[in-house]
This record gives sequence, C-alpha cells and structure tokens, in this order.
Amino acid sequence: MNADTVITGMGLLAPTGLGHDEHWKNVLSGASAIGPVTRFDAERYPSRLAGEVTDFVPEEHLPSRLLPQTDHMTRMALVASDWAFADAEFDPALLPEYGVGVVTAASAGGFEFGHRELQNLWGRGPEYVSAYQSFAWFYAVNTGQVSIRHGLRGPAGALVTEQAGGLDALGEARRQLRRGQPMVLTGAVDGSPCPWGWVAQLSTARMSRESDPALAYRPFDAEAAGYVPGEGGALLVLESEEAARARGARRRYGRMAGYAATFDPPPGSGRPANLARAVRAALDDAELRPEEIDVVFADASGTPEEDAVEADALRSLFGPHGVPVTAPKTMTGRLSAGGPAVDVATALLALREGVIPPTVHVSRPLPDHTLDLVTTPRRARLATALILARGHGGFNSALVVTGPR
Amino acid sequence: MDQLTTDRLMEIMRECAGDGDAMETDRRPEDVEFAALGYDSLAMLETLSRLEREFGVAIDEEEFAGAVTPAELTTLVNRILTEAA
Amino acid sequence: MNAVTNRCAVITGIGIVAPGAIGVKPFWELLVAGRTATRAITAFDPEPYRSRIAAECDFDASAEGLTPRQIRRMDRATQFAVVAAREGIEDSGIDREALDGSRIGVVIGSAVGCTTSLENEYAVVSDGGRRWLVDHTSAVPHLFDYFVPSSIAAEVAHDRIAAEGPVSLVSTGCTSGLDAVGRAADLIAEGTADVMVAGATEAPISPITVACFDAIKATSPDNDRPAEASRPFDRTRRGFVLGEGSAVFVLEEREHARRRGAEVYAEITGFASRCNAFHMTGLRPDGREMAEAIRVALATARTEPSTIDYVNAHGSGTKQNDRHETAAFKASLGEHAYRTPVSSIKSMIGHSLGAIGSLEIAACALAIRHDVVPPTANLREPDPECDLDYVPLEARSLPVDNVLTVGSGFGGFQSAMVLSGPDARGRAAA
Repeated sequence: MNADTVITGMGLLAPTGLGHDEHWKNVLSGASAIGPVTRFDAERYPSRLAGEVTDFVPEEHLPSRLLPQTDHMTRMALVASDWAFADAEFDPALLPEYGVGVVTAASAGGFEFGHRELQNLWGRGPEYVSAYQSFAWFYAVNTGQVSIRHGLRGPAGALVTEQAGGLDALGEARRQLRRGQPMVLTGAVDGSPCPWGWVAQLSTARMSRESDPALAYRPFDAEAAGYVPGEGGALLVLESEEAARARGARRRYGRMAGYAATFDPPPGSGRPANLARAVRAALDDAELRPEEIDVVFADASGTPEEDAVEADALRSLFGPHGVPVTAPKTMTGRLSAGGPAVDVATALLALREGVIPPTVHVSRPLPDHTLDLVTTPRRARLATALILARGHGGFNSALVVTGPR
Repeated sequence: MDQLTTDRLMEIMRECAGDGDAMETDRRPEDVEFAALGYDSLAMLETLSRLEREFGVAIDEEEFAGAVTPAELTTLVNRILTEAA
Repeated sequence: MNAVTNRCAVITGIGIVAPGAIGVKPFWELLVAGRTATRAITAFDPEPYRSRIAAECDFDASAEGLTPRQIRRMDRATQFAVVAAREGIEDSGIDREALDGSRIGVVIGSAVGCTTSLENEYAVVSDGGRRWLVDHTSAVPHLFDYFVPSSIAAEVAHDRIAAEGPVSLVSTGCTSGLDAVGRAADLIAEGTADVMVAGATEAPISPITVACFDAIKATSPDNDRPAEASRPFDRTRRGFVLGEGSAVFVLEEREHARRRGAEVYAEITGFASRCNAFHMTGLRPDGREMAEAIRVALATARTEPSTIDYVNAHGSGTKQNDRHETAAFKASLGEHAYRTPVSSIKSMIGHSLGAIGSLEIAACALAIRHDVVPPTANLREPDPECDLDYVPLEARSLPVDNVLTVGSGFGGFQSAMVLSGPDARGRAAA
C-alpha cells in the first residue's frame, strides 16, 4: 500500500535558487549560497553567516493586500505553493470541494513579524500592535494562508518538530492520502532572519562562529564546528497514484515509499539514540533492504557529537562506506523545517537526473565516520534515496523516495 | 491637528492593507464600499488602530462599523476631531 | 476504528490543569457546578489593555512536583503539560516498565507554544523594547527551547512516559487540542504506536497575546464583571475570555487496554478536520466546513446524528463564532441539532486557544463516565439567532454514550471528533 503516494509537483525557494531548476543547477555546480547576513546588522553577534534567499522580491509575486499581513517566510511559502501547483499542472479549482489538504511544518513561526510586534508593544505601547499579529507569527500561519490562497478546504495540519518537521509533514500528508484524500500540499518553508531569531538560535551554542563562508558549516569534517542557519524550503504536491492518474497528471517525480519517526531516550538514560531505528522503520515501511538504497541525504548537523551519531547509524545499517552520503545543505545552511523538505526535492531531482549532488566545503572527512561522502557530483544509477532529519531535543525522521517507474 | 482627507485615508489603507481592488464604476473611489474595494474586517481594524494613533482620537466601534466608504469614514473622523477641538 | 488494521484508540487516563481546578476531580466538580473561573488578570498589570480579564490557573509548579531546575527551564505551558501528563499516566494505571518505548509516542497541541517565556526573555534582551538589535549576552541558555515549541512535546516524552516512538507538537491554532488527539488516535489506529500520551497545553496570558486580541477586538471588554464575561450563545456576548491550562490523555489501542484490564473512559471513534479557505480570522456564516468535518467524523465513527447524546461546542462567545457553529450543527445534524443538548465549557474556564480542544475532550470523556453534561454558564438571555438547547446555567443528568466535540480556529481550521462510551454498543443494542 506504500507504492501509491506520488510526488507530482514542487515549489522551492532556497538560498541556492528560486525554483527547483535554478536550485538544481547551483547544487550540481557546488555553488554555495552561504554568505554574510544582510537582513540585519549582525556585526555585534558571534555568528554572522547565513544562507539567505537574496533575490526574492515579494512584490513581484504576491498581491499587495497580502504583504502587510505576512512574515517573510510566509510570503515565500505562498509563492512556493503557486509554483508547486503550476509544476504539477494542476488547478485547485478543478478538484472536488474538499479534495486538497495542506500540511506544513514550522519551527518558530513568523518570528521576524513577531519580533517587530514585540518591539511595537514594549517600545511604544499596546495600541501599536498590529491586528495581524493574532496569526501572522503563529506556527499554523503558512497552512492557513496557503489554504486561503488556493481555496484548499481539505484537512489542515501544522507540525512542529524543529528540523525533523520537514519530513514529518510529508508523513502526516501521506496519512491523509491513506484516509482517502486525493491530494495534499505539504512540506515547509521556514527561517527567522531577524535579530531576535538570531539570538534565540545563538543560545544553543551550536551555531558556527567561523567567519569564512567556506569553513563555517562542514558536517562530518575533522574541523566541524556547528551549523549556519538559513531560510527557505519547499512545498510538494503529494497525490495518490489513483488521483494523479484520474486527473491525467503527466509528471511523477517519484514515490514516497517509506517514512518513520522516532524519539531519543531521555538524556542520561544510557540508552542509545534512535536515528538508526527510524531509518530501519522507514526501510521496512518502503519494503526495501539497506542495500537497495542508492544514496543518503544526511541530516548533517555539523556538530561533532551529532555527526558521530549519524555516522554510527549509517554504518550500523549500511556498513562502512556502504552507501553514498551527501549533504547539499552545506550550500544553503540549515533551513529549520524547510531544510529537509528541500532535501526531498533535491533527492527527487537526483533520481531523475542520475547524479548525486555534492557536499561542499568538507575537505577532511573524519575517517572514523567511515562514510562514502560525495564531495563532487557523482553519476550513478539512482532508483532510491533516503533522507534523514533530526530536530532539536531528540526528534528523528527518515523518509524514502523512489524514482518514477 | 489637521483634518483627515480621503487621499490621506486611502494612503493609510494602502499601508495597512495593500492596494484596493480597481473598480469598474462611475462612482468616485471614495464612494465605493470598503468591502467592494477588497478591504476585509482585518484591514479595517488595522486602519482603525492606525487612525486612532495618528489623529489621537477614540473612534466608537459601532460608529466605525457604520462608516462603509472612505468618504463616510473621513467624515466620521473629522467630526470627532472637530468635537474634540 | 481503522478499517484495515481493525485497531482503535481508547482513553484510559486523564490529567488536567485548568483555571479554578488542578486535577480531574476538581475540574469536573467545577464544570458540573457551573462555576466560572474567569477573573481580572493577575499575571501582569493589565491596565493599558482593552480586555483585562482571563481565566487563570492557580498553579504552583513546585507543589505539583516539578524540580527547581525544571521550573527554570520549562515555560509555563510546558509545566502544565508535564504535570497533566503525570496525572494522566497515573490515572491510567499503566506500567511503563512493562511497555516497549518504541511503541509509545507523544502528541501535544499548542497554538502559541512558549510565548510567555519568549516575551519575558525578549523584554530582557531588548532592554524593554528599546533595542532592535537584541543583546545575545543576556539571553538564557535554554532560549532555543522557547523559540521552537516542539520542546513541550520533548519534555513530556522525556518525563515519566519515556517515549521513543513518534513525538510531535501539533499547532493548528485553536483546533490544536482536538487535532493533536485526533492525530494520536490515528497513529494508534494505523499501527504505528500502541500507547500515546496526547493532549494540549497553553499559557498565553501575556501582554503580547492580550494586545493582539485587543487589536482585533476578539476578546471581551467586560472588565467590570469578569465572572460573567464569557457568555457563549447569549444575546449580550461580547467576545471570548482568554484562558490557559492543559489536558493530557493516555490513549491506548483498545485490545492493549483490554488485556491489562484498564478502565476505559471513551473510545475515539471519529475525527476529521477541514479548512474554510476563507479568511485567517473570519468565518463563513453558514458553517459549511465545520458541518463537513462533523459529517466526516460521524461517518468515520459509523454512526448517525441521532445517536449523539451531547455536543460539546466550540462556543467561544464571539458574535460570529456562535452563529457559525449553530448553523454548522443544523447543517450536519439536521433535526437532531434541536434535540441534543449543546454546551460550551468556555463559559466557565475561558478559551485557552490550543489547549481548549483537549480540555473539552476531557469534559466529554467525563460526561460519558458520569452521565452528566456540563452547562453553559452565564447564558441568561438567549440569542434568537442561536436557537438550540445550550443547557443554560445548570448541568443535566442524562445517559451519555456518544458525544460530538468541535473546534474552530484562526487559519480557518474546523475540526470535529466523536467519542463513544465503553458501553455505547451495549446500550444501543438494548
């Protein structure tokens, strides 16, 4: 019953490109988009690099009516939704009234919008707080705004599991399809590029303090020293194969063949992390054996301890150097919940093109990891890909896609 | 305090809620209902709060709801300003 | 019930933190007595605000068993959830040692997450709103846990239940509390987990939340009579009263519960959600999408409107909601809408945004357990446009086997759940 969820459209906005064509071209050429923060003056902060979506001009894509009431990440989500439906050659108006649902993941909501309103309240007084604050910052905002923009009246969902949410949203969307929903738009577009969001992220001490964009985010490297945050994400059109066929959909990027989520045991319990178990469960769900996985898109935390956990999990499942592993997010930074959604899109494009996009900036992979880390584009016959994601606090998710038959 | 003009009101509304919908009508723009211009309840509340701050007035909620065109709202605000003067 | 797996979720434990009542027993007593817990805000000085009332919890985290370290680290909403989960787990009598952690999950609903702590910390790092480039050196080390509210679900998962299966936070505005339990029930039904600790929490009574509802005039300005301010379905209603609290359940696969001889409150037989795709805060007056959610939930439960003994309404007390909802009940239940009692517990414990859906599920489970339906307090002047039986002022004893509970939230979300008592089938057959 797992072969029946197909991905028929994608809308992607990432530091590496507006739209999946530009993104794919850039990740293949290893063009990193990590650079100095431009959205605010980051001079005073110990971390000053980000993956920003620099050439996105909301006014070019959205009616002016939507701008005062939306955070930047919601504007990107709305455009991603437009592009996803266009890519799927689908007009939501053509489906039955409750035919299309929306499930998105969030991490911190419209934080920049919220920051501005907090400043209005604390700096000037309650009468300065916007009427839009009641929803523009909250975690469900993208789901609500996207549903309104396209008249999507099926089941709604919004999940928060930090970065893992980018995969968990797809898991929830597939659950809706199994309940008989023909189509669900799902994924995540995220990012909090404001001083307040920056300070919140700095508090974990996992953000890289390196100032050279080529050295700041190097997962699995001997010099790994944290991550670089970014913004962006992807929304995907998920359909049952039956519904896709019925509407005459011409394109299948691939199938969502397996998914599972686990949670780590309490700190200090002495029990091992559960990332490997999430992968095993996702493989079982996909009815695939480890040796049938052609490429892994890693979570690639960039902190040495978490990199080691992921490398151990991969070794335990695939053996040393047992499967090509890549992390194109080294070119975008970690996009909160948006990152894993972009990884799914990138993985589907890799399956289509038969090329594994590279992990950049990693010049000295730690030998102990025993990973076959792909650092230059690699041609390969790709039929399956595994995508991993972890969320702060112990969330593990794994998702398997297979190419179109 | 200066009186409110319909031009200033329309400018405030654009800032609070974006451009109004273009109308094919022979009425003057300030005589077209807010709803027909595409301004919803949130747009109106955002405008209300902005007017109250900018002109230092308290606008009664029911009176505000009763002013359904830019011309009517301008008249209402100016009446309150005159009364307060 | 899942048609493929033949599995379904039952409630075997309930834990409550509510305004006027910490714990299941006082919660039910408050509801049955029709007592209101709305009052003038004490959490901060509400003087500059339009709405200065709320339903607050008298919650002493230390007395509830949290350690000083936990209290420092956890937002108030997280504290509520952890304390409610502990009571629910205890109430279920479940033996954690006997369970496989990978078959246990957690789903917590929350609309605004750790907003109170975020605002407190913002005030510090911005020097009271004076600086845009906030100061990282004065930030607390666990700020990130407030930033991303999945920390609430993580804390519950790491506490007594030590869950290692699927864990998540559901955040669909004011339907979060229904949607979280709906998702958890579905995870059990499809076979991903056998036990889910599921519910919702909210602690939104902070300046920014009060200010944002002021700005859209959604909350009641009846500051001079706080105890009567929440008046769902009353002609004189003037908006909702903000609340806070948490309800967390132990859900189990039905056979799992039966095998260990657990006492079952209710089975979750149907759940559905729909979007109105209409407006972020506005509702279509005809209640069309809520009616559809109700129809689908009833169909999933394989039951007819006529079997519904009680409807727990969203009943927020805003002009538009109560009409919207009344129309939805008529459209989905037909003539039965006029016969079945409908009530809103928000009249007593206010509207705790993402948490309220779970608190209302708790009220439904307890209504089934006790064969009593809670009243709508403060309903003295019926609104001619709301012409159903809203159980005004006094609780009512009647056989309660099948219950419908609904929610409606910003974003256009409409959800409906059907719960059935453990002996619903027996009584129907008799």
